[in-house]
Amino acid sequence: MKSGIGTRVLGVATVASLALLAVMALVITPPDVNQLDAVRLIYIHVPMATVMYVAFGITALASILYLVPRTRARKWDILAGASAEIGVVFTGLVLITGSIWGRTTWGVWWTWDARLTSTAVLFVLFLGYLALRRVGGDVDARAKRNSIAALAAFIDVPIVHKSVEWWRTLHQKSSLLDEETFLHPHIHGSMYWTVMLGIGSFLLLFAWLVINRYRLAKLEDRFEDEGLERAIAERRAEALTGTGTGVPTP
Amino acid sequence: MTHVGYLIAGYGITFAVLSSYAAWIVSKKRALARDLPPEERDPRWP
Repeated sequence: MKSGIGTRVLGVATVASLALLAVMALVITPPDVNQLDAVRLIYIHVPMATVMYVAFGITALASILYLVPRTRARKWDILAGASAEIGVVFTGLVLITGSIWGRTTWGVWWTWDARLTSTAVLFVLFLGYLALRRVGGDVDARAKRNSIAALAAFIDVPIVHKSVEWWRTLHQKSSLLDEETFLHPHIHGSMYWTVMLGIGSFLLLFAWLVINRYRLAKLEDRFEDEGLERAIAERRAEALTGTGTGVPTP
Repeated sequence: MTHVGYLIAGYGITFAVLSSYAAWIVSKKRALARDLPPEERDPRWP
């Protein structure tokens, strides 16, 4: 089986832009005056945090579309799950790269700072959401339950983003993604463009991942339905012929 | 260059995790697609 041409082009563009990002981040940009070369971790940490917001945003949006009766369709629940799984992977990497950067800059791997703690909570909340998705039940009831859980977990996303403003934190304020710094960023020159390239590259990667994870989830869904139908048919046949043992089997 | 070990760890873990995850998605998708009856297979994907 072959991928669509669009997905292949997207895959090639993603690999090319990530390769360019690695060159820009590790070779071309200068070291920072204070952070020295540790600043190079920022070129992957900030873009992955952006993807984390986008992934959970899509999960929340798809969950709302499932909960609204007029737009309700199975595809929205599948998309929400696919995007959340990718968001969890990126959140884990944000925590890891942030921890490595924190060790070089703050001298500690971890501190119970508002930004770090709220991000760790976000990671655990969406891990719980992914676990909840595996709990059985009627398809529609499961999807509604998933959607409500996703929206409850999403409440933490604005808390993560605003945590550096609402509380006094060790983590610095946003350099790019708030009302004040969006038009007047605190970083300049090749450093600024490398962060922007990083955001673009990781968003391309996210798009490729979410397309492929969605297709995989559709296949998993189809085989799960088929397995259920086969099990029901077998039980009915057993009941009709009286060959059942009366002992439930997995 | 300073902090070389930290940079190798940060970039190494990131690219190892993301490439492993992408490879897992593609391989699992292909394995499931092989079990589909021919009439249900989409020529564009998976």
